[in-house]
Amino acid sequence: MGSAATIVMSTIVFAGSAQFAALAVLSAGGGAAAAIVAGMLLNLRFVPMGIAIAPSLRAGPLGRALRGQALVDASWALANRGGGRFDIDFLLGSTLAQYPAWVGGTVLGVLAGGLIGNPRALGLDAIFPAFFLGLLVAELSRPRARPVAALGALIAVVLTPLTPAGVPIIVAAAAVFVVAGWSP
Amino acid sequence: MTTAVWITVGGLCVATAVIKAFGPVVFGGRDLPRVLARAIPLLAPALLAALVVTETVGGTGRSLVLDARLGGLAVAAFAIWRRWPLAVVVLCAAGATALLRAVG
Repeated sequence: MGSAATIVMSTIVFAGSAQFAALAVLSAGGGAAAAIVAGMLLNLRFVPMGIAIAPSLRAGPLGRALRGQALVDASWALANRGGGRFDIDFLLGSTLAQYPAWVGGTVLGVLAGGLIGNPRALGLDAIFPAFFLGLLVAELSRPRARPVAALGALIAVVLTPLTPAGVPIIVAAAAVFVVAGWSP
Repeated sequence: MTTAVWITVGGLCVATAVIKAFGPVVFGGRDLPRVLARAIPLLAPALLAALVVTETVGGTGRSLVLDARLGGLAVAAFAIWRRWPLAVVVLCAAGATALLRAVG
């Protein structure tokens, strides 16, 4: 993948893990269709995330669609105020703050990636699980949050070695509707 | 290859925009059936728990990888239990993971 395409992808797709998944397919010799499917599977998590913020949105359909574009994992997680409420202004601000960093980071990586070294050696890949764990724990005192979180984690562990990336997260989210349908 | 790259970029751009708009457009701006109204607040803990797992043990492709990230997560759990700020929690996790890789 050329430098230009990498930068354009970060600018207009702006969904990290999906970009990496699509890239992995292309660099393994896969076609565009397979690459798009791999990226979409990872992006499908934005469907449950979008449903989660929907009750907090006060705009018309177009305004809601535009605000939905601000969905990225970290912003969504940080804007969560618990009990199903989301701070939409915080979501927008958080994404606006991340966007130049993401695009700028991509440009920097394309131009000077060799200088940074291996991000794994710095333990940078442990930042996201720790970040999500911190925000999860803040949520656990709410009613039914513990069994739901346990079920979500269990589903993710079981499916991670079996399904393409992205699927475990969607199935874990879908399980919520099963739980809500059962319990009184 | 080059054409495939640009088709992928364009396709993902459109698909991502539609996916991100779906929840807000279809589920927003109206009163929801009771079962949905009960389920939606549970999405956050379920998604966060699943993200913790996939970010900790996810590998490339269909694989479960147990590596230094687990140690980093354990240190993060300790830091969260001690009620340290989130920025400190993630730095501890990265530091512990880097340390484990350096010695391992």
